[in-house]
Amino acid sequence: MNATQFKASDFKSDLDPIWCPGCGDYHVLLSITRALSKLGRAPEDIAVVSGIGCSSRIPAYTNCYGFHGVHGRSLPLATGLKVARPDLTVLVMSGDGDGFSIGGNHFLHACRRNIDLTYVVMDNRVYGMTKGQPSPTTEPDWDSALAPGGTGLRPFHPLVIALASGANFVAREFSGDIKACTNTLIEAINHPGFSFVEILSPCVTFRPDEREWKKTVHKAIVEPTDDPARAARRIMTDDGLNTGILYRGDRAPYHAHVSDDEGDVAALETAFEI
Amino acid sequence: MGKQEQARQSVSFAIVGTGGAGAITAGSLLLEAAGKAGYAGILTRSVGPQIRGGEAAALVRLATDTVECMPPAFDILVAIDWKNADRFLADMPVAPGGLVVADPSAGEVPAQIGESGAQVIFCPMKELAAGIEGGRENMIAVGLVARLTGLPLDVVSDVFSSKLARKGEAVVQAGLDGIRAGAQQADGFGRDYPLAPARPVKGKRWLITGNEATGLGAIRGGVRFAAAYPITPATDVLEWLAPALHRIGGTLVQAEDELSSINMIMGASFGGRASITATSGPGLALMMEGLGLSAASETPVVVVDVMRCGPSTGIATKSEQSDLNIAVYGFHGDAPHVVLAPLGVADCLFTTQWAVHVAETLQCPAIILSDQSIGQARVLIERPADVAFIGGRKTWAAKTSEPGTDYLRYAITADGVSPMALPGTAGGQYTADGLTHAENGNPSSRSFDQKNQMDKRQRKIEQFDFGDRWGVAEGSGTTVILTWGSLTGAAREAARMLADDGTQVRLVALRQMLPFPTEGLARALEGAQRILIVEQSHGAQFHRYLKAHADLPGEVRRLNREGPRLIGPEEITATIKEWSDQ
Repeated sequence: MNATQFKASDFKSDLDPIWCPGCGDYHVLLSITRALSKLGRAPEDIAVVSGIGCSSRIPAYTNCYGFHGVHGRSLPLATGLKVARPDLTVLVMSGDGDGFSIGGNHFLHACRRNIDLTYVVMDNRVYGMTKGQPSPTTEPDWDSALAPGGTGLRPFHPLVIALASGANFVAREFSGDIKACTNTLIEAINHPGFSFVEILSPCVTFRPDEREWKKTVHKAIVEPTDDPARAARRIMTDDGLNTGILYRGDRAPYHAHVSDDEGDVAALETAFEI
Repeated sequence: MGKQEQARQSVSFAIVGTGGAGAITAGSLLLEAAGKAGYAGILTRSVGPQIRGGEAAALVRLATDTVECMPPAFDILVAIDWKNADRFLADMPVAPGGLVVADPSAGEVPAQIGESGAQVIFCPMKELAAGIEGGRENMIAVGLVARLTGLPLDVVSDVFSSKLARKGEAVVQAGLDGIRAGAQQADGFGRDYPLAPARPVKGKRWLITGNEATGLGAIRGGVRFAAAYPITPATDVLEWLAPALHRIGGTLVQAEDELSSINMIMGASFGGRASITATSGPGLALMMEGLGLSAASETPVVVVDVMRCGPSTGIATKSEQSDLNIAVYGFHGDAPHVVLAPLGVADCLFTTQWAVHVAETLQCPAIILSDQSIGQARVLIERPADVAFIGGRKTWAAKTSEPGTDYLRYAITADGVSPMALPGTAGGQYTADGLTHAENGNPSSRSFDQKNQMDKRQRKIEQFDFGDRWGVAEGSGTTVILTWGSLTGAAREAARMLADDGTQVRLVALRQMLPFPTEGLARALEGAQRILIVEQSHGAQFHRYLKAHADLPGEVRRLNREGPRLIGPEEITATIKEWSDQ
């Protein structure tokens, strides 16, 4: 069908991204526009929602409908939008601070609700926009002005948390592998329910060590499972650099939505009559 | 005093008993029966924080005409027991000519009842109930009150039977026997408080709480999506809305917290659906960040705050008018928005519908300041009139093919309102943003854009014609009772009491709190020499707000107090009289 023939550039706005040269998020943006072009949906039928942070700038860089909200609240925004407008394809862009710290509670409950959303978290294990503070996924000994000598805290494990909370699709990718990211995003979007994709996206400015990721990431050697316990065991024991689709569930997505039916308001009123 | 009292336009009674004794069921039943018999009325509950076992009382006032507040003192008090009575008797004084019916097994009548001058009659309600298979003492109380107020016993019995039919014949029979036994007891009292004959009304009367009226107002306004987190005393709004929305193709999502609920309704509104949430003070505090985004991104939302005693957890089940400051001033940055306050239980419907209309038309946040005293009061009213507002959300239709006609979401317009493209509309794609933005929505840090967008957002609210709905101005005279929101009913009753005494006073009450109704209020206060400001706030938030925005003529005094003890008509009249005597 001709209608499905879109190009990645159809999904890119004419705004130039404000990211540091070499930032992994450039590649994520490219993967997203490529993935969107393969869906067969026009840009106006897609909404990209975000919070605050470097990764959250993505909506304005797409040619879709976008909502750049407040810090940590992208999932509630997207939840309201998807329930109110089930006809739209809704993507949510976040980072490790926005998604796992200030927005941590919403992450748990979005997984539980299993609304048909695709949640992309660009994890660089640092707050980049505020110039280098530790995030929930930062290593305990990472030195910074705010936490000299490191936080001493155990890093948050987003993939396992997502599984335990009920996410229906869990994957990890590396931003530099655009082909793999694109394919996984397409699968995530097409999978019913809440899909969570963690993309390791290096912050070359505050975490130059993450340039090494392109050498150290490696593809998962086993097929994705539909058993959350098995998936959790694998993820708990991997080195955090294992990429690919790691879990594909079949839980029914959240059911309720708003319909275009006007409804009979007069019938509601009779309940008050005596 | 003889048995045949003169018929009254209004009669009031309280039924008290430990939570679980059924005092509230009894009061509700009598209220509904009164409605069937053609009367108006109001019921408020006095309940403790415990789910069961705490104090519970049903306070009811029946009348031939609409009533919106409780009387200064009750005609009848029926005490099934006196447990925890000290905690709530202050809320329900008995009139000197009143009657107290107490169960002898409940022990001594509290001293303050004895001091009221009311007559005390003992009636063995528990014993009578025990004599009926499956009998309950609250039904004896129903029978007593029905006979004392002259409510037709057959109507009371019919209402009871239809409500309890699903519980089986035995339960219904036990109740009916109890009601009859109570009525027979009252026959022997030699006292009654008969209501004047009911006035015919058009159509059926409605029995509705303020919180239910709020929900219905939202739906009449076009709301089809709600998201909320449970909080007393706003939960009833949600529990009414959830099934109601479901029936008309809408939905309510229970959010994980208030941070989430405000953002959920913003998301739904961005998608084109009129959306609402309901909360109380602590929840509103959590929503302030989201409300700033609603203002900046021009995404309309309506937030209902059913106010309770604050700050913090305060007294969650009791009323106060102390969230005016946060509603008006709580935003970070300069964020033009709308704050409206219903003028009573029934007005919750109109004010909510209006709030939805205004928010949608102006693409801004609207906060409704209801409170526990009206939200959880149940009233008998005539069906609220249908109101059709003209306007609503201005949307953007489709891209034209002419060059240079790119869609500008935040276009600078004369009235400040910019057409909003809804997702799905080709060519209308934009990113709604909390960042300062240019007309096309692109982030901007230019002073030019900050100024133009702020001017525009201010202008759309300043230029909007709110009409004469800003409040009410009733009566005449140079003395004014000036109040807002839920205290309007008490103030109106005070004005009536003063008029009966030969003192004409004006009642002025604000429904529109923000933008401040400068002209409407100035007109209403023309010629005023004395203004009494009445508000349920320890910090006199309303008075201070007025000082900042209005030139109040004449001498100004105030009657203000924190909750939970509501300011009643008798206090207002006493204050005015004292002032006149000086």
